[in-house]
Amino acid sequence: MRMFDYRRATERTEALAIAAREQARYLAGGTNLVDLMRQNIEAPAALVDVSRLPATIEERGGHLLIGAAARNSVVAAHPVVRARYPMLSRALLAGASAQIRNMATVGGNILQRTRCAYFYDVAGSRCNKREPGAGCDAIGGFNRYHAIFGTSEHCIATHPSDMCVALAALDARVHLVGPDGERSVPMLDFHRLPGETPQIETVLRPSELITAIELVPSAAAANSAYRKVRDRSSYAFALVSVAAGMEIVDGKIADVRIALGGVAPKPWRAARAEDILRGQAPARERFLLAAEAELAAAKPLYGNAFKTELAKRTIAAVLGELLGELNGANA
Amino acid sequence: MPIVVNGTAYPLPEDPRVSLLDHLREHIGLTGTKLGCNQGACGACTVIVDGMRVLSCLTLAVQADGCQVRTIEGLASEDGALHPLQNAFIAHDGFQCGYCTPGQICSAIAMVEELQRGDPSYVTANLAEGPNGAMRQEIRERMSGNLCRCGAHNGIVDAIEEMLCGDAA
Repeated sequence: MRMFDYRRATERTEALAIAAREQARYLAGGTNLVDLMRQNIEAPAALVDVSRLPATIEERGGHLLIGAAARNSVVAAHPVVRARYPMLSRALLAGASAQIRNMATVGGNILQRTRCAYFYDVAGSRCNKREPGAGCDAIGGFNRYHAIFGTSEHCIATHPSDMCVALAALDARVHLVGPDGERSVPMLDFHRLPGETPQIETVLRPSELITAIELVPSAAAANSAYRKVRDRSSYAFALVSVAAGMEIVDGKIADVRIALGGVAPKPWRAARAEDILRGQAPARERFLLAAEAELAAAKPLYGNAFKTELAKRTIAAVLGELLGELNGANA
Repeated sequence: MPIVVNGTAYPLPEDPRVSLLDHLREHIGLTGTKLGCNQGACGACTVIVDGMRVLSCLTLAVQADGCQVRTIEGLASEDGALHPLQNAFIAHDGFQCGYCTPGQICSAIAMVEELQRGDPSYVTANLAEGPNGAMRQEIRERMSGNLCRCGAHNGIVDAIEEMLCGDAA
């Protein structure tokens, strides 16, 4: 690990000032950044520790505001999250291990970088994220874990966060503060697709800091689930994951939210499937048809072609589970 | 501020690159906490910081400024009697080589508090109710961040179950 300057900020303005002056990277839980520094993938000259900035979780005007320094485990266990946004609680609990969830923060999780093995292999592999223009050894390599949506000829890495998949389905907003003031960005617009610049992963501006995420309650959020399919039943990244919520009114699907993980360089909102389902009577055959329509746009590689079928079946299964719970509640 | 390990205050390292794990082992001399993968994948370095189990390999020691750290060395009582979970590990063959054991035990002790608080896990059937029944499944999921390459997981789960349920069987 290369030497760096370490400073801890106790308030937001202090963090911004240090970051602007020293071009420091923000450090929160460190579960990804410290590892990347140890692997010589990231080598910031300075770190500003923001882990002791506000971590409060509070309701404001019916919305839920979660401070960026809130620990993943604390958010997952929060009674309001469990009751009104169960897909978020489940997604957080599906990620990493208890020890890591105790360290990891909401803000840091949003900025978690890909787990592509070629990205991590500093000594032996070409990676356009690490070194723009170098090439991509994942394309044509071992690409079982890579993306089937949103890729480019420069990068096929997936975004690894489970939490962000739920946030994408929930239409969460990311609150930011930077040298030019405050703004908020929809979660769906926060991450960028690789295109020709896979090293630029988000819309964050220099020195900009994530301060909170904002959730809007809805019937679909309250009746929601997250299912993660992986090579072992815990402590592994997703092959495919599905965050979904559904509201039924008068026997028709009034609202449906579906987002996929493990299939794209960002959390993938399944808008096509949602459009097909909205206004229709809920039925398993229809869930499968909607999933098929969504996956028709996938561009699988030889190593990850199985994800297309896996994603279809997982979408249909999770929607079926939600329907079962609704029917159970109405019975 | 210093860092307090098992009740004793120690200064922090000057080099910010030093992990909490290296600080405990190399500077403070508490070698019970083990270095495994050094990248957050195995759980061998688990310690309890301010009541929460964390990975000391991914924690910079300077981040633990002012925190209370509990390690495997701090579990026995002052007269040297082992913690009940340490005894249960012995009774149930919860280890072979022993390398993952300190991390397993620290992890399990903090896990019990998480269960008692009612925190859910991914396998908890009803999120609103919290963990309820299926205790063995809950233990397995909650302990999944601690890997044992000898394959002593069944003995480990037995030991934790005994501590939780007081079942000596």
